Amino acid sequence: MDPLILARWQFAILTIIHFFFVPLTLGISIFLAILETAYVKTGKQVYRDAVKFWAKVFLINFALGVVSGIVQEFQFGLNWSEYARFMGDIFGAPLAVEALLAFYLESTFIGVWIFGWDKVSPKVHATVIWLTAIGSNLSAIWILIANSFMQHPIGYTMGENGVLMQNFGQVATNPNVLYQFPHVFFAGMSTAAFVVIGLSAYLYLQKRGDKAMLDLSVRWATIYGLIGVILVMTVGHFQGQFLVEEQPSKMAAAEALWHSEQPADFSLFAIPNEATQTNALEIKIPKFLSFLSYNDFTSKVEGIDEVQAAMETKYGPGDYIPPVGITYWSFRLMVYAGGLMLLLLLYLWYLNSKGISLDQKPGFAKALVWSILLPYLAVSTGWIMAEVGRQPWVVYGLLKTQKGVSPASVVGGGEVLFSLLSLGIVYIVLTYVGVKLVIKHLHSAPAQTPAAAD
Amino acid sequence: MDLKTLWFILITVLFIGFFFLEGFDYGVGMLLPFLGKRDEERRAILNAIGPFWDGNEVWMITAGGALFASFPQWYATLFSGFYIPLVLILLALIFRGVGFEFRSQEEGEGWRNAWDWLIWLGSLLPALLWGVAIANIVRGVPIDENMHYVGGFFNLLNPYALIGGITFVVLFLMHGATYLALKLTNGLEKQAERIANRTWVATLVMAVIFILYSFPEVFAKSQYEGLALVFIAIAVVALLVDGYFLKKGEMLKAFWAGGVTILGVTAGFFASLYPNVMPSSLNPQYSLTINNASASHTTLTVMTIVALVLVPIVLVYQGWTYYTFRQRISTKDELTY
Ligand code: HDD
Ligand code: HEM
Ligand code: HEM
Repeated sequence: MDPLILARWQFAILTIIHFFFVPLTLGISIFLAILETAYVKTGKQVYRDAVKFWAKVFLINFALGVVSGIVQEFQFGLNWSEYARFMGDIFGAPLAVEALLAFYLESTFIGVWIFGWDKVSPKVHATVIWLTAIGSNLSAIWILIANSFMQHPIGYTMGENGVLMQNFGQVATNPNVLYQFPHVFFAGMSTAAFVVIGLSAYLYLQKRGDKAMLDLSVRWATIYGLIGVILVMTVGHFQGQFLVEEQPSKMAAAEALWHSEQPADFSLFAIPNEATQTNALEIKIPKFLSFLSYNDFTSKVEGIDEVQAAMETKYGPGDYIPPVGITYWSFRLMVYAGGLMLLLLLYLWYLNSKGISLDQKPGFAKALVWSILLPYLAVSTGWIMAEVGRQPWVVYGLLKTQKGVSPASVVGGGEVLFSLLSLGIVYIVLTYVGVKLVIKHLHSAPAQTPAAAD
Repeated sequence: MDLKTLWFILITVLFIGFFFLEGFDYGVGMLLPFLGKRDEERRAILNAIGPFWDGNEVWMITAGGALFASFPQWYATLFSGFYIPLVLILLALIFRGVGFEFRSQEEGEGWRNAWDWLIWLGSLLPALLWGVAIANIVRGVPIDENMHYVGGFFNLLNPYALIGGITFVVLFLMHGATYLALKLTNGLEKQAERIANRTWVATLVMAVIFILYSFPEVFAKSQYEGLALVFIAIAVVALLVDGYFLKKGEMLKAFWAGGVTILGVTAGFFASLYPNVMPSSLNPQYSLTINNASASHTTLTVMTIVALVLVPIVLVYQGWTYYTFRQRISTKDELTY
């Protein structure tokens, strides 16, 4: 088997699974910190109960995030050694800062948090979860700084064998990360909100758990989630506009816009055909893409043909079009998932404000349980769009993905296959076990007595 | 001192921190199924490292990240070259880390036993394979003119490297047993003390073999043989002092002596490398050195500032956590893990 293909599958699978655990950690750590602060401020037991209850979910998820993260740290060496040589001067620094600044912080203080309930004062205990949450989110900033250089290289000069750091300040404040980090941050908030709400809905349906605690969790998570979803969509919109300027090949593919249009229509549904460069069964909103890209209804939007021609002039002959179908559909799925999440939360908010509890709406509660999948769909497709849409480049405009792979003389197909299968299977099995443990935790919540359920 | 040398030293320091802290964690993991007979004993053992193991493991992650930042060619050659051992280490660490969290979440005996053995394996393999890796690095491996490792997997399992790996295993076993003697009660601490004494003998034997074997294989070829041997001598003296305190049952002093042993061994072998970082056994010209493997001056400058500011802060707060959880763990406590 071709080591390049295997290495790509490996990177994509392992990173996506790592990123299954990350957004929940990012969002729920802050959510718990807020609840625990409320406990310290008010002394009300129900806040502490809520923290204790959701902590279990957080910690199962965190353990899986940590172990899959360790693999990430070494992946660039394993299968992507030429990428590591080319990019090392820029890429290693944010990774090392991430470890020094963020990983130490979160890993050390999460230990105090788990084991310290009666070893440190409530104030210190609440501070410690804040430090953990800050550590997790700082780690996201630094890894995204590294990723942003791949999306939009700045602050470097070209050396003989790769990029060289010219200005660390510029690398760390890459305009791409100024969109990317808030987008990921708010995605984390949304993910945490849907997990808390969905699992609470499950408990309502099972008639289990402390009702006061569940009501409180759902109310707070609704607000938290609304803030998250509205802002993730807002930031996403501007991020898209930024990419229209900076990575036109990605956005043209994400719109399956084969030819430049002026004004350009926005496509709601299409089946792109890469061989004929046409779309079947297309449903469009007239002129709307011009508006989304440039805030007016008249501007021209560059299509794939024009981008390809421009890139050939710049980089020489070659195929510069990312896989259009994947990019187009991953973008749609993310956006549609986001829209659905917004609608669900608005309705839930309305119910909350009317004082209607979820156990009076079993149908909707069931929908909320299933909608836990929505944020996971959105984050995975979001990353697939970001990374697949950057192809054929691994570092945009500087290094093609195929040039980044470890040479076959060092790492053969058999070795990649071994690591892909062993790590992949272990990840999937352990994720399954983790989900089982969460469900078991839910079932261990005491059944509601009939009086309490009323 | 130029920045490349400074970073060579900082990488050494990170590896010392890694081996010192994860050393006893690995040791504890390797002892788990043997020292703990009953479930609550095993839980007490796990809780003895419960609050710390993740923070300790980040020393390894940081060592990896800092290697990437300061010597990208070293990172690329090492981890693509030592591919299978690294994947095995990663698999081991996955089971180990998840095991800590998952093990006590279910009651079943089969479930808990399975995780205990996975934690055992997850601690043994990294201890062994990091030893194998370090021994191979200092001895030199086949690296071609393009900095590519061309030796394959089985080349890494040579007798010298295996002896290095076993030395690491027994050293960490001793270190972990000493740690548990300090952290447990209910009679477990006495058993741990006995194990520490026994593994000390094994460590001494292995250390003597490994060091003697290293003279022709490593030290004689080193440019800084003298400096390396000073550190090795410190390690040997510390190991003897360690044995003395273990006999007397002064476990805290023994623990620190064991720590100095780890420091001396690590520093000694890294010193023997300098100014190479990965010598080539094919041709000395192909070796990776601090000059041809390092990052640019700008990157090293940035990283120096970052490391010199952050590492002391990390030491302070990690120290605080050890102080916060300084009490011994009893099997009668309410146990988290
Ligand atoms: C809950 C999750 C979630 C939701 C609801 C959305 N996104 Fe998103 N999106 C992500 C989670 C995410 C992500 C997984 O976190 C990504 C991957 C890379 C990144 O920066 O964030 C992403 C990437 C991403 C990108 C590509 C960035 C790049 O290539 O560098 C764009 C243009 C958008 N998003 C735009 C949107 C728009 C316009 C949305 C809604 C209307 C939207 N996203 C909803
Ligand atoms: C910030 C850190 C990230 C870095 C440095 C990074 C780096 C890379 C590299 C080197 C590749 C090239 C290999 C390949 O083409 O398969 C790649 C591709 C890919 N990455 Fe990322 N990535 C990052 C984040 C993510 C995340 C968080 C995800 C998903 C959750 C992701 C998903 C993918 C996917 C799906 C590909 C495959 C693209 C393809 O093969 O066409 N990446 N990334
Ligand atoms: C592809 C490059 C990536 C690398 C090298 C990487 C590395 C790591 C490592 C080593 C850990 C374990 C830390 C510990 O032991 O405490 C970890 C966990 C974590 N990573 Fe990643 N990571 C990558 C992608 C990402 C991305 C894109 C994000 C966020 C946007 C992220 C956020 C986190 C967070 C929050 C954790 C904490 C543990 C958890 O997930 O529960 N990582 N990562």
